Amino acid sequence: MGLFNRLFGSQRPTSREVAKSRLQLVLVHDRVDLSPQKMQTLKDELISTISKYVEIDVEGMQVNLTQNGRQCRLTADIPILSARPKR
Amino acid sequence: MGATVITITSGKGGVGKTTATANLSAALAMKGKRVVAIDADIGLRNLDVVMGLENRIVYDLVNVVEGACRMRQALIKDKRIENLYMIPAAQSRDKSAIRPQDMIDVCDQLRPEFDFILIDSPAGIEQGFRNAIAPADRICIITTPEVSAVRDADRVVGLIEAEGKGPASLILNRLRPQMVHRGDMLDTADVLDVLAIELLGIVPEDEDIIVSTNRGIPVVMENKSRAGQAFCNIAARLLGEDVPLMDLEEKPSSSWLSKIAGLVRRG
Repeated sequence: MGLFNRLFGSQRPTSREVAKSRLQLVLVHDRVDLSPQKMQTLKDELISTISKYVEIDVEGMQVNLTQNGRQCRLTADIPILSARPKR
Repeated sequence: MGATVITITSGKGGVGKTTATANLSAALAMKGKRVVAIDADIGLRNLDVVMGLENRIVYDLVNVVEGACRMRQALIKDKRIENLYMIPAAQSRDKSAIRPQDMIDVCDQLRPEFDFILIDSPAGIEQGFRNAIAPADRICIITTPEVSAVRDADRVVGLIEAEGKGPASLILNRLRPQMVHRGDMLDTADVLDVLAIELLGIVPEDEDIIVSTNRGIPVVMENKSRAGQAFCNIAARLLGEDVPLMDLEEKPSSSWLSKIAGLVRRG
């Protein structure tokens, strides 16, 4: 199946690949005890806090938990909209 | 100096803790070490049947802890291998019959007499697990290449680190190289990538394990099955020997031949 997919260019990932990505996602949340729901709350609060100081592009904002070995990292990439008032 | 205490644990049940404890204990004893295997799964005693020593039990771990017998009376000597002993768990009690300090005391009493003390931990992360890791000098986490088992293993890795008992090392059990090859099973590299701990060994899926458990003869004692070889290699690594990982990748290249053979047999 894996070989067939590769030969004929199927986009469907193997179950091994699916397992690994599901594991990575669930583990990073397990390790810091942050559920996806809590992550959303955190993101919302970040938006409201930062918006007090600068205008941000909420659509382009990325907040992620990543891991390097057993070290977890919370990264926020928040595009700031032009500081000058557009008028 | 005395014995090194090694605890085998996993988080999830049914991934091979007891099989690994029985085989590593036997393999270490076959290499001339004095070994005692302790079943710490109070209430769900199983190491005795896997090792084939169930008919010889008189006293158990809880009896020792409560002072109902002396240590010597609870030690069951394996008659097949020199210097291999086992202490069974109590069957009619539960985990609360023992505290972590009891396990430390039991091991301290055994240390001068042995080179290795292997502890078969119960599944889970509650008191039974805490008891099992309390006296450990090193901890081996065993998992299978499945999302549920790896997830539980990760939880245990975290708890062991939090207890200051790390770093734990990993035994990857029941790997099926052909499934990995066709993209349907997590590979060793995948598991190591997510768990980020040291690999102690890989044990391939092997029907001989079931047969040997049926008979109560650890697979390392009998033929040179692949799983038996893998456990012997792990035992050697525990002794500090530099043993390369087994080559598990030989089968897929001839798979079209074996498939034809399989069709013929089925037909």
